[in-house]
Amino acid sequence: MALKRKDLLGLRGLTREEIEEILTTAEKMKSILLSDVKKVSHLQGKSMVTLFYENSTRTRFSFEFAAKYLGAHTASVAVSSSSVAKGESLIDTGKTIQSMGVDVIVIRHPMSGAPHLLAKHVLASVINAGDGINEHPTQALLDMFTMKQKKGAIDGLKVAIIGDILHSRVARSNIWGLTTMGAEVRVAGPPTLMPPDIEKMGAKVFYRVEEAIRGADVVMGLRLQRERQQKGLLPSLREYMHLFGITEERIRLAKKDALIMHPGPVNRGVEISSDLVDGAQSVINEQVTNGVAIRMALLYLLTRRNHDAVH
Amino acid sequence: MLCIKNGMVVDGILAVPYKADILIDKGKVINIGKDIENTADEVIDAAGKWVLPGLVDAHCHLREPGFEYKEDIGSGTRSAAAGGFTSVACMANTNPVVDSAAMVNYIKSIAMAKGVVKVYPIAAVTKGQKGEELTEMGELKEAGAVALSDDGRPIMNSHLMRLALQYAKGLDMLIISHCEDLSLVGDGVMNEGYMSTVLGLKGITRAAEEVMVARDIILAETLDAPIHIAHVSTRGSVELIRQAKRRGVRVTCETAPHYFSATDAWVDGYDANAKVNPPLRTDDDVEAIKQGLKDGTIDIIATDHAPHHRDDKEVEYGLAANGISGFETAFSLAYTNLVETGILSMVELVQKMSKGPADILNIDAGTIGVGKPADIIVVDLDREYTVDVSKFYSKGKNSPFHGHTLKGKVIHTIVDGRIVMKDERVIV
Ligand SMILES: [Zn+2]
Repeated sequence: MALKRKDLLGLRGLTREEIEEILTTAEKMKSILLSDVKKVSHLQGKSMVTLFYENSTRTRFSFEFAAKYLGAHTASVAVSSSSVAKGESLIDTGKTIQSMGVDVIVIRHPMSGAPHLLAKHVLASVINAGDGINEHPTQALLDMFTMKQKKGAIDGLKVAIIGDILHSRVARSNIWGLTTMGAEVRVAGPPTLMPPDIEKMGAKVFYRVEEAIRGADVVMGLRLQRERQQKGLLPSLREYMHLFGITEERIRLAKKDALIMHPGPVNRGVEISSDLVDGAQSVINEQVTNGVAIRMALLYLLTRRNHDAVH
Repeated sequence: MLCIKNGMVVDGILAVPYKADILIDKGKVINIGKDIENTADEVIDAAGKWVLPGLVDAHCHLREPGFEYKEDIGSGTRSAAAGGFTSVACMANTNPVVDSAAMVNYIKSIAMAKGVVKVYPIAAVTKGQKGEELTEMGELKEAGAVALSDDGRPIMNSHLMRLALQYAKGLDMLIISHCEDLSLVGDGVMNEGYMSTVLGLKGITRAAEEVMVARDIILAETLDAPIHIAHVSTRGSVELIRQAKRRGVRVTCETAPHYFSATDAWVDGYDANAKVNPPLRTDDDVEAIKQGLKDGTIDIIATDHAPHHRDDKEVEYGLAANGISGFETAFSLAYTNLVETGILSMVELVQKMSKGPADILNIDAGTIGVGKPADIIVVDLDREYTVDVSKFYSKGKNSPFHGHTLKGKVIHTIVDGRIVMKDERVIV
């Protein structure tokens, strides 16, 4: 059991078999995670560094716990986004980290493609923990894992992703992954926040949120950054909630047992109503637990590959 | 005396190629004809090869002064010679900017000392290329600037652009416009479209180029002033210029080899060598550029040679510098993608790369004729080779064509009767 690739840079290009492998492994990891003694030795003697050029406590913690539960050494490097252009080059930073004997580098970076650049220049496995507006593959994998656990299968699910699709790496990764797994992906949001030709990626585009939600098995909200309004992409957050917010009324259009998901952190009352976040259909907290399981699975599968390759 | 024997000559004047010998003395062509009897001390056997006027580049960046770590006039002109260019016009976006007669003279003196091919400075339209005040265009012309351009930056202020066109017209000077509406570019880093969506990179709408092409055409039209549009990259720009030419607007334009040889799909993998401004577009645009070259809408091919140090390219895509090191692939790309594919004849290619640019810049180059400067290249059209950037004479190894197989190669380059490249080796 191993992935054949060195890195996980995105879900674009991942095969169905690879995704299934990751999801199946995550199931086993979840049982470790839910047990009393969360400590196994799968990654004993391995080390992982989180290299974060953007703040994200939740993603960083999730990776760190995942590594620790598997017995790996961890360290974290935080670099401020403002020093991306001025500081040490990404390649130099990566090589320095690698020289300390690190097996896996988990990178979060404000610029799309940064993990790809790093991966080209280091032998360590690189996991993309979010790059610019490109991909956030571990988030999409945990989303798919959650759907699979709740719905039994991903094939045939209707998944509505609502909000700022243009700037969402979560949406992009989910579109790649879900379409590969046979789900129907619908995206809805203001036209100024919709990337061009996204239909060609396999998503159905809606500009009326009700149409996207109607009959959906899963409704996923995305965080709306306030700076989108400042940049003039939206007239106001109030109108956004009015036209595109995920509300109780709109959720009634979805299937009765539809899941409500959100990658967090949530802007309550902006992209989704507070009651839905805390309501019975919400699986937002479970997504967090599943995130650790998915990251455990990936760390395991990628370091196994290194093991096989070296020996 | 130098004699080029038995080559197939395209002279930039006659509409057909012909087989002839060319005799050169004291830097000039002194005779063209069949089987010339001569006592030349040096003979180039061009049998089976083509003999063309040296290529003329109306748009390149030699980086000196200020960015000598990317390129200097010595390395840049050696690169030009290797690519078959015998005359190049260099842009003014150096540091300091070429915006004074003193700077024009400085470039000329460096070129005289270190240049391997002829260098014609293009001076800035506005002081410091800041887009605020016009340069002393009259003095720039007297000092030897062949054209005016703020290339690298657009002149966003339409009123200022209008004044520039008006003032330059009185001096018979050509303004070369870099068309890019910065408010539409925003923080985009590649062509906006399916590929920018797939790669999660911020897109630059084609409208950013086209809006300004349209503006400049209208300004030139209302003033009956000449204007030259740099690096045309979109179908929409080609169409705007086509319509303008039909109306009699005094507009000329250029495209660069990468706009008919590559698309935004080449950005995949976040290859910063495919990052250029304007950005690589789509297959549909490539088609339109080829059509524009064929029907004459696009007058010339310019390299927009933009060498960069690898430190400026081996970074995150969004931070990488724009530009392609273009001298040494330009002819092969044009031959492979335009002549081999039947879009242009060799005579037309010479028009686009030698005669046409020389006419637009109003310099004595671009043809092979008795009494003319002996700026001549010999090319092997059957030669297939793989581009290897490590062999570039340019300091800039930034080319997305590395590893690509191209056809047609410049073998010898002669500037003012002096062989500067022989058997694919620059020898000065
Ligand atoms: Zn330009």
